[in-house]
Amino acid sequence: MGVLQMDSVTDLTVRQIGRTASQVMQKTVEVTAASNIGRDLGIDSLTLMNIVMELEDTFELSIPLDRLADVETVGDLAALINDLRVRA
Amino acid sequence: MSLLDKHEAYRSAYQAIRDTGADPFNVRFEAVNSPSEGVLNGKPMILLGTNNYLGLTFDESCISASSEALNRFGTGTTGSRIANGSFGGHHELEAAIAKFYGRRHAMTFTTGYQANLGVLSTLVGRGDHLLLDADSHASLYDGSRLGHAEVIRFRHNDPDDLRKRLQRLKGSPGKSLIVAEGIYSMLGDAAPLREFVEVKKEMGAYLLVDEAHSLGVLGEKGRGLAEAQDVEKDVDVIVGTFSKSLGAIGGFCVSDIEGFDVLRVVCRPYMFTASLPPSVVASTLQALHIVQTQPQLRHRLIANAQRLYEGLKTLGFQVGPQCNPIVAVAVPEPGLAVAVWKTLLDKGVYLNLALPPATPDSVPLLRSSVSAAHTPEQIDRVLAVFAEVGEAFGLILSPRQRASARS
Ligand SMILES: Cc1ncc(COP(=O)(O)O)c(C=O)c1O
Repeated sequence: MGVLQMDSVTDLTVRQIGRTASQVMQKTVEVTAASNIGRDLGIDSLTLMNIVMELEDTFELSIPLDRLADVETVGDLAALINDLRVRA
Repeated sequence: MSLLDKHEAYRSAYQAIRDTGADPFNVRFEAVNSPSEGVLNGKPMILLGTNNYLGLTFDESCISASSEALNRFGTGTTGSRIANGSFGGHHELEAAIAKFYGRRHAMTFTTGYQANLGVLSTLVGRGDHLLLDADSHASLYDGSRLGHAEVIRFRHNDPDDLRKRLQRLKGSPGKSLIVAEGIYSMLGDAAPLREFVEVKKEMGAYLLVDEAHSLGVLGEKGRGLAEAQDVEKDVDVIVGTFSKSLGAIGGFCVSDIEGFDVLRVVCRPYMFTASLPPSVVASTLQALHIVQTQPQLRHRLIANAQRLYEGLKTLGFQVGPQCNPIVAVAVPEPGLAVAVWKTLLDKGVYLNLALPPATPDSVPLLRSSVSAAHTPEQIDRVLAVFAEVGEAFGLILSPRQRASARS
């Protein structure tokens, strides 16, 4: 996959994370790949797990909670999802 | 700059609550006189937030068994069982629990929290999967983090969601362990174990049930939800605690799994902490005996739970989906929940305040736990206080408003 394509896949995933976060938090959440999930978006650990559960259904894959330990930004989460999709 | 700056969000949220003049997470009783009565701020309190389901903390036979063991064996074991050895009572208690559940193996822990840390981190390992109900207790979440299995959460009490998530794991090697609770500690709802058992069989998974709040509470014999739903033979592992219905402290795990005893040398929260003191073991043994010989306590508990649950519901409070000894009232907003909690306290009713993120769906809860030791008069007094406070804060309609809403 070329660099350009890779970027657009990440972009799409980031956008989906924004939509899912808005839906779970019942308010509009503006996200970029650089957004820090806790500090910038004010998402607590439980809310993040709820967002991840929705994303699992959207992408039809398993996102093990133990993999979230390294996730700090929306970009990290998008990269994790894309990685899991490639393996699926 | 402090080392603890990373906790700033929690610190300031806690400070905001304390600024209102309440400190729900640091209540200091001046006296606890019985399972249902205490003194707080110089005022007598009805205790409605103790998890003391059978009221055994002051049972005379438990106290005398405990004090006899205290005098005979001393105050503590001062070490773990693998290092310092076991006392006779440890073996006796494990045998009694195994017999109570009709299982081959039982193992005790120093707390129920540690039992969950130990069991979840060792039953499954790298390459295995742990499927946790979304509303699982913190000890189950922490246990999942201590081990190396992949952790997947499923929607609370939802067998179809569980099946879907297990299906996604098909084809990947490793075992899957489903984790559910007998009665959920926040809303008091029970798990649909029969449906979970079906999913488990269909998908070739294992099932663990934490009966922390249901031991001594549910089932003809008091063994918990698995007994009440008649699925005990399909539940592979049961964990629980001595800290609630048995009125002491400690945790346990029972199972028929082959090779169970290896847990004693691989389960770190069992191996590297001091074992239960003999006095605690002795009162727990006696309390377990009472669970088996005094079913009337269970009946009184259930009657009290119904009285409170139906009473609050009739008043118009938003209670949990099922009637069990944990009765939770939802309050729309945290600030309001703190104020209502404090007013209940001022009027002599002590219960637990539970705030997000420790609550399901981020709803603040006034959480009470009923005891067999409550009298119907105490429950009625609680209902009267709830009615008064609920009206004052606009959580429920006044009787006149209710009447005019009906007409
Ligand atoms: C569901 C559940 N499991 C385990 C525990 C832990 O019990 P213990 O108090 O023995 O550590 C609790 C109680 O806090 C609980 O609610």
